[in-house]
Amino acid sequence: MACGEDKEQDPRIQGIAASIRVVPDFPKKGIMFQDITTLLLDPKAFKNTVDLFVERYSGKNISVVAGIEARGFIFGPPIALAIGAKFVPLRKPRKLPGEVISEKYVLEYGTDCLEMHVGAIQPCDRALVVDDLVATGGTLRAAMNLLERAGAEVVECACVIELPELKGRERLNGKPLYVLMESR
Amino acid sequence: MMASEGGEDHRLPRIASAIRVIPDFPKPGIMFQDITTLLLDPKAFRDTIDMFVERYRDQEITIIAGVEARGFIFGPPIALAIGAKFVPMRKPKKLPGEVISEEYSLEYGTDRMEMHVGAVQPGDRALVIDDLIATGGTLSAAIRLLERVGAEVVECACVIELPELKGRERLGGTPLFVLVKAA
Repeated sequence: MACGEDKEQDPRIQGIAASIRVVPDFPKKGIMFQDITTLLLDPKAFKNTVDLFVERYSGKNISVVAGIEARGFIFGPPIALAIGAKFVPLRKPRKLPGEVISEKYVLEYGTDCLEMHVGAIQPCDRALVVDDLVATGGTLRAAMNLLERAGAEVVECACVIELPELKGRERLNGKPLYVLMESR
Repeated sequence: MMASEGGEDHRLPRIASAIRVIPDFPKPGIMFQDITTLLLDPKAFRDTIDMFVERYRDQEITIIAGVEARGFIFGPPIALAIGAKFVPMRKPKKLPGEVISEEYSLEYGTDRMEMHVGAVQPGDRALVIDDLIATGGTLSAAIRLLERVGAEVVECACVIELPELKGRERLGGTPLFVLVKAA
């Protein structure tokens, strides 16, 4: 079970944390997988999750919410809709149909690539990056790079869950990371 | 050329014109309906969601099933607005828990769609959401998965339909609602 952050924790976080299911040995032995699908089956917890982000980012002049395929597509759009921002999907290779820019990043074994449509971002855009979870930070870093290459200012990265032992927070080039809970 | 369904709702022209057509993707001859440009227009995106929410809010829908990946963009905002559970329907090996799976046909070969065991109960009233319906293969796989666990699939809802591909006829009698039809 994920633990909420202590000290003045918003009372909604406990219920959100309790709704997340841990699946052992997925995708391989030794990994305790944080499964947010059970959060999505709890309409109150899902609404509270989105509300916590919306409350943080309303009135901050955020013009873009960039969501990382695929679970960032679940959390990003409701936030974008509520704060009046554009939603930009950041996708695996060859999914986006138009002209793209692409950014490689390192996996445990090998590399992968994240792509964004050319023209989705303008140089004055203020962007959030949203995903369900931050582990090593590699994917978030690639997302930030894409947005910055297109001239946007990345204001913050936002995730439901952080795995602090994997130190992803330190790999975001000094950009802030906001999470609702940590899991050890 | 885009034509709009559902009568003369004043929001439809902006939604239709926000969709970009990309020729020859993923292969020559296909005119790809790109909804990413709709997502860059907050008012058009908001209107899209509102039109679905208005249709379904009084229908006692308990499940919104969204098909990976673009169904993940439209499904959750609808689910949140009507207080329904959101259930992701995924490609193989993405869902971490126990799944049931359903095979469906592609142009060449087959693919599989998966849903978590326990996400849906008998008697749940479900909608299936995706950005677009073409041949109906993906949607009918989603319908079969939901029906296998005893849900009632009330309707399928998509932003865009390609009527020439006759997907509407392949949904086993489940109704289909779309905002825009594309030739």
